[in-house]
Amino acid sequence: MSVDAATVKKIASLARIAITDEEVAKIAPELDNILGWIEQLGEVDTSSVEPMTAVIANKLRLRDDAVTDGGKRDAVLANAPQAEHGFFTVPKVIE
Amino acid sequence: MTNLTDLGVRELRDGVRAGTFSASEVADAHIVAVSKAKQLNAFLVETPDHAIAAAKEADAARVAGQTLKPLAGVPIGMKDLFCTKGVQSAAASHILEGFKPEYESTVSQKLWDAGAGMLGKLNMDQFAMGSSNETSYFGNVISPWRRADGGNAPLAPGGSSGGSSASIAARLCPAATGTDTGGSIRQPAAFTGISGIKPTYGRCSRWGIIAFASSLDQAGPMARDVRDCAIMLEAMSGFDAKDSTSLQLDVPKWEAGLNASLAGKRIGIPKEYRVDGMPAEIEALWQQGIDWVKDAGAEVVEVSLPHTKYALPAYYIIAPAEASSNLARYDGVRYGLRDLPEGANLQEMYAATRAAGFGAEVKRRILIGTYVLSAGFYDAYYTQAQKVRTLIARDFDRAWETCDLLLTPTAPSAAFALGEKSADPIAMYLNDVFTVPSSLAGLPAMSVPGGLDASGLPLGLQVIGKALDEQGVLNACLAIEERAGFKARPDAWW
Repeated sequence: MSVDAATVKKIASLARIAITDEEVAKIAPELDNILGWIEQLGEVDTSSVEPMTAVIANKLRLRDDAVTDGGKRDAVLANAPQAEHGFFTVPKVIE
Repeated sequence: MTNLTDLGVRELRDGVRAGTFSASEVADAHIVAVSKAKQLNAFLVETPDHAIAAAKEADAARVAGQTLKPLAGVPIGMKDLFCTKGVQSAAASHILEGFKPEYESTVSQKLWDAGAGMLGKLNMDQFAMGSSNETSYFGNVISPWRRADGGNAPLAPGGSSGGSSASIAARLCPAATGTDTGGSIRQPAAFTGISGIKPTYGRCSRWGIIAFASSLDQAGPMARDVRDCAIMLEAMSGFDAKDSTSLQLDVPKWEAGLNASLAGKRIGIPKEYRVDGMPAEIEALWQQGIDWVKDAGAEVVEVSLPHTKYALPAYYIIAPAEASSNLARYDGVRYGLRDLPEGANLQEMYAATRAAGFGAEVKRRILIGTYVLSAGFYDAYYTQAQKVRTLIARDFDRAWETCDLLLTPTAPSAAFALGEKSADPIAMYLNDVFTVPSSLAGLPAMSVPGGLDASGLPLGLQVIGKALDEQGVLNACLAIEERAGFKARPDAWW
């Protein structure tokens, strides 16, 4: 397995992180090295093992179907880089 | 006159209760110490008003003859990962720079409810990703410790809770919050000659703690001795309906339950923790620890945790996978940084914001996480890692058939110099070799100072316990603490 430049560009795009060609050239061997080191997990026989889902056995609770929160529009928007008329604003997405 | 900044949590609490000194005097002494220690870069934000307000409340309560709260008169430091209302909570990142939460994290609220005051927000590795505090957007924390070789090379305070460890060791605060995902409380505690406990996963609410890897993240206290950690942990723990993995259990009286006798306890020594290339001094300290717990009455047995060597690679799949998901929320829309290049569309804005806002290590982990979760690789990486995690937890369960607690070194070396490992991510990751397995299994684990190495730097011992047995962990650490008699502290050069 090897992580090449095209792979790095693809995962950076999936992760929504802009990346320059210089950064790709630097990161590709780093990721290749780390993923190569991680590969050793493949040697563990896990054929009869269930993947862990909860580290401490804990029953998921159910709560009453009641309104417990809300009415906090201004608090929710308070840290927005840009908010107008009670909404988050973003660049135009529909022409 | 006692130097108030030399006192620990218990001494400050008891001194204020007895009227030996006022809470305001305590707050003032610590505020001055913080303001003089800028060279350490441990604090990102100083909040003297918060500490003074809590102190005044404690003093007024005492004058009025009321019962003082459990932490009345104790000023503490708050790791920047905790959301604090109206005070910047940035996880030491650029992308959250300027973020002032409209709410308070459950753990910090519990501490304020217990009467503690906040001296400020503590520097850390960005989003808690790092083992040396070199990934903070706001610069490295410098350890107050220096090697005895006269070289004055700036040393790492450990990470990710490096501001917490440095400020406690430097006597800027008696205690601080930390968080531990793979060792971020224990390794910095070991590097700076202080104590720190990661409780059982679910003891402390994760609500309002900026998420890194949610199945591993757990808050805990750091302080200068075991008793102070017990006091802090009691205040920080407890059920919280706002965290779906919070344990619905009463908080034990850990401080009252402290007992340094280990009679009847069996302490396991995991043979797989004798890693290649471990410095002789670490090996010697470990043996010393074994002798100490025997002296305290424990029976020592060798145990095997056969999947230990797979813990780090499994961690470096699981933690980045969860991080890539958790950090997807930083998109330049709801909070924090927005980078909108001229003419950019929405997708380009996301990508530009995240490129500008995340540091190199955070990007590296998001990319690893995205890769291992991507179509075609999910089962080979993520599912396999979660299966290995089951095996690691099973190793511990089997060990508990023959022992009650485990004793190991905390870290494979003493503090290293800043810059020494930052070029090699894997060398840095290996620093957590002894702390990650118990994180993957959700077990309580604590680091306590054991002694100094030849260059005069602290070394820590780690005790790991069964789920929910924080008391057993604290007691074993107390037994070690009493025998180690660790009194060393860094000279105040800052």
